[in-house]
Amino acid sequence: MAIPSSAAKDKSLTTTSLNLTINGRSFTLNTDPNMPILWALRDILGLTGTKYGCGAGLCGACTVHVDGQPVRACLTSVSQAQGKQLTTIEGLDNQKLKNAWAEHNVPQCGYCQAGQLMSAAALVTQHPKPSAEQIDAAMSGNLCRCGTYPRIKAALQSYAKQEG
Amino acid sequence: MSTFTAVENISRRDVLKLFGAVGGGLALGASGLSWSPMALAQDQLARLNLFIAVGEDDKVYLTCHRSEMGQGIRTGILQILAEELEADWDKIVPIQGLADKRYASQNTDGSRSIRENYDRMREMGAMARTMLEQAAAARWKVPVSEVQAKDHKVLHAKSGRFARFGELALDAAALPLPAADSLRLKAVKDFKQIGASRQIVDMQAMLTGKAVYGYDIQVDNMLYACISRPPVLGSDVASLDDSAARKVAGVVDVYRLPTPKGAPAFQALGGVAVVATNTWSALQGRKALKVTWTQSANSSHDSKAYLKELVDKVQAPGKVVRQVGDEVKAWPKNDTLKAIYTVPYLIHSSIEPPVATANVTDKGCEIWASAQTPQSTQQNVAAALDIAEDAVKVNVTLLGGGFGRKSKPDFSVEAALLSKQFKRPVKVSWSREDEIQNGYYHAISAQCYQALFDANNKPTALLARTGFPSISSTFAEGVEYPSDGELDLGFVDVPFALPHLRYEAVKATAHSRIGWMRSVCNIQHGFGVGSFVDEMAHKAKLSCPDMWRSLLGQPRRETFENQGFKYGNYGEELTRHPVDIGRYLKVIEAVEQAQAKAPKAGKNQGWGFAVHRSFVSVVAVAIRVEVGDDKQLKVLNAIAAIDAGTVVNPDRVKAQTEGAIVFGLSLALMGEISYQEGKVMQSNFHDYPLLRLPQVPDMEIIIIDSDAPPAGVGEPGVPPVAPSLTNAIFAATGVRIRDLPVNKQLKV
Repeated sequence: MAIPSSAAKDKSLTTTSLNLTINGRSFTLNTDPNMPILWALRDILGLTGTKYGCGAGLCGACTVHVDGQPVRACLTSVSQAQGKQLTTIEGLDNQKLKNAWAEHNVPQCGYCQAGQLMSAAALVTQHPKPSAEQIDAAMSGNLCRCGTYPRIKAALQSYAKQEG
Repeated sequence: MSTFTAVENISRRDVLKLFGAVGGGLALGASGLSWSPMALAQDQLARLNLFIAVGEDDKVYLTCHRSEMGQGIRTGILQILAEELEADWDKIVPIQGLADKRYASQNTDGSRSIRENYDRMREMGAMARTMLEQAAAARWKVPVSEVQAKDHKVLHAKSGRFARFGELALDAAALPLPAADSLRLKAVKDFKQIGASRQIVDMQAMLTGKAVYGYDIQVDNMLYACISRPPVLGSDVASLDDSAARKVAGVVDVYRLPTPKGAPAFQALGGVAVVATNTWSALQGRKALKVTWTQSANSSHDSKAYLKELVDKVQAPGKVVRQVGDEVKAWPKNDTLKAIYTVPYLIHSSIEPPVATANVTDKGCEIWASAQTPQSTQQNVAAALDIAEDAVKVNVTLLGGGFGRKSKPDFSVEAALLSKQFKRPVKVSWSREDEIQNGYYHAISAQCYQALFDANNKPTALLARTGFPSISSTFAEGVEYPSDGELDLGFVDVPFALPHLRYEAVKATAHSRIGWMRSVCNIQHGFGVGSFVDEMAHKAKLSCPDMWRSLLGQPRRETFENQGFKYGNYGEELTRHPVDIGRYLKVIEAVEQAQAKAPKAGKNQGWGFAVHRSFVSVVAVAIRVEVGDDKQLKVLNAIAAIDAGTVVNPDRVKAQTEGAIVFGLSLALMGEISYQEGKVMQSNFHDYPLLRLPQVPDMEIIIIDSDAPPAGVGEPGVPPVAPSLTNAIFAATGVRIRDLPVNKQLKV
């Protein structure tokens, strides 16, 4: 895959060679192993669907899957992700979930929605018919300043019904 | 009908201009992972006016000149254009307008994108449709009165002929613009787009990670910058040791930004920038800086002490800003109700912090930014670089939330200064800490309300005083009082029909950058008046809605004549957007009816109510809460009724009102920015929390059916939320919360 940014050409970052599997494709990154995958994805690989919101694991905007588990990309270093299967919003294949989001017109500004969808996708993988409590628990780490929460709930409830 | 101030008839096939530096824009969400202008062959499009072009492939390219930040404007503006154009919704392509004065104002705040553009966008659509009809009539040599545009075609009923828009476009583009008064606008009953709930045009891009926000901009050879800004307004770098920062892998350079002069306005705040090859290195480099800062006049600012001063000030006479009847001098204790309300500083906290990318070359400057105000960005960047405004091209990306913060273009100015210095494109990314600690703050405030009751417990007089540092202080030094425009925001313009009314403003100086945040001064004023009316209701043993009815008086259009102030009415004529008591009564009744069908208040539970007019819309909100014996608050239900006149996309009006409830609950429950020694004490979402999904109540949103001119939508839902909540808490517990946020007293 072409690496678009100036970061990729920066020799001073070439400290360690790391192998990552992102959305089913293999990448070799020569970078600081401590760099959070958030910035490696965004600035080096050009996968900007994963968003920055707080840098401290407080907002969930950067949620990605590592071996199917939702993690905060801002707190997970490139070295921690090495050898694991990484999935970002660009590789999320749960079309039924996306359809539920579209049907309920969930997004407003849309910025946090990649993180919301990644958390929701992990939830429905584990619990295809999530209860209200399970929705609350799984989604409580994802902030939305626009206030799309009622629609996120509704979308997940419709998804659960379809699963029935 | 208004005149076409921004229309220019540009010759056919004038596509380069449409997508070039002067009059065009970029297609968002269609460009994949990197930023690229939409590639279209020059001969595929015909431009009919500033907002509408038609392709030979039958697609219509509709320009939204306002910024999309979640309110759905890229969909709403297009619905209006498509309506009069008779365009097929499946054949529209959204184009985002660049900064360009020909669009008239692009300032996307004040809840005015639809209310100020509804008529003009209809005219633009009708104009383009008329030109397509004229082109068809000329081609078929029939009178134009015999042809009609419908469903993306022009039809000649008599002969059964028809032509697709794409087939007529080039001929139509060569015609002169029709005169404004010759246009035929559609009848409301024939609307197919206006009033239809449309999915937002950016949905698929947003669900696949392809939507492009300011933070996502990547251009060739670009550097990433993080800035260590003065922690106290007016302080400056005293000493700098950047040796460790320069050793961080990926750091390219460290640069001290110029010190701003005079009132802050939209200047870059100064400080020290670390530029690097990626955001992480810039952040790490900034962490490694050793900076000390000079003292400033604001270094002793302590928000707790300051609020106490404001509370004292609002209990003494101030400047009279509204007077009805005689001043009441005697306030006998038994017949007087008095209360003081306070709201702390607040900050916007859109999930995407401010961010801008600039590329300064010898030809000028190109900006890509999450900008609510592209034209102000253009002006301020031009001024900072000392170049002509025309030499600054501003691309507006999608905004990851705005709420007023992103209509202050200081972050674009920073990017421009750094790009000029490094002769490379530079992206300035604000961290969450930057956003919370170096923002433009919603003003800290105190209000005092006092009411006199007669022997029948009926209110006869009201005294209201407000005190808060003015937004004007951000733009001029020496400001001591709120501006008239701020007092118009939910303070003097509450249309009470009492024989004696006196409104006063008190002195307050600013110690930080004060700015506007979603609904602005209506936040504190809506809380003050909304709480006090409930207190009056309690004293008079009326329901809160009934007390509102009593205070508002007979249905009428209030003009505030001879009351000592000239009401600004959000820039609208009172004839077009009257302060209509009847519209207050409608939303009050709608909420009461919905509440009657909702669960009753059980043990430890209570319903609260408030109503507020702002941005020429009226919104009533009822909230049900439960407060446990352990002081744990739970917000159970929220019902809102909004009268925003004609609505274009009802689903987005509903979504904005849902969002306003969430925004209002966040600020009322948990919102507080505090200062010690001139510095903001909060830094991230752990100490400036926002509402989370489990805290959200069940919601019901009612949109009042209306054919009145469109009014504001994005902001008017916010002000009534806080008082409705605290009134509900009072109903549940008997505890009156007059000082926000609620979490000072209850677990939320």
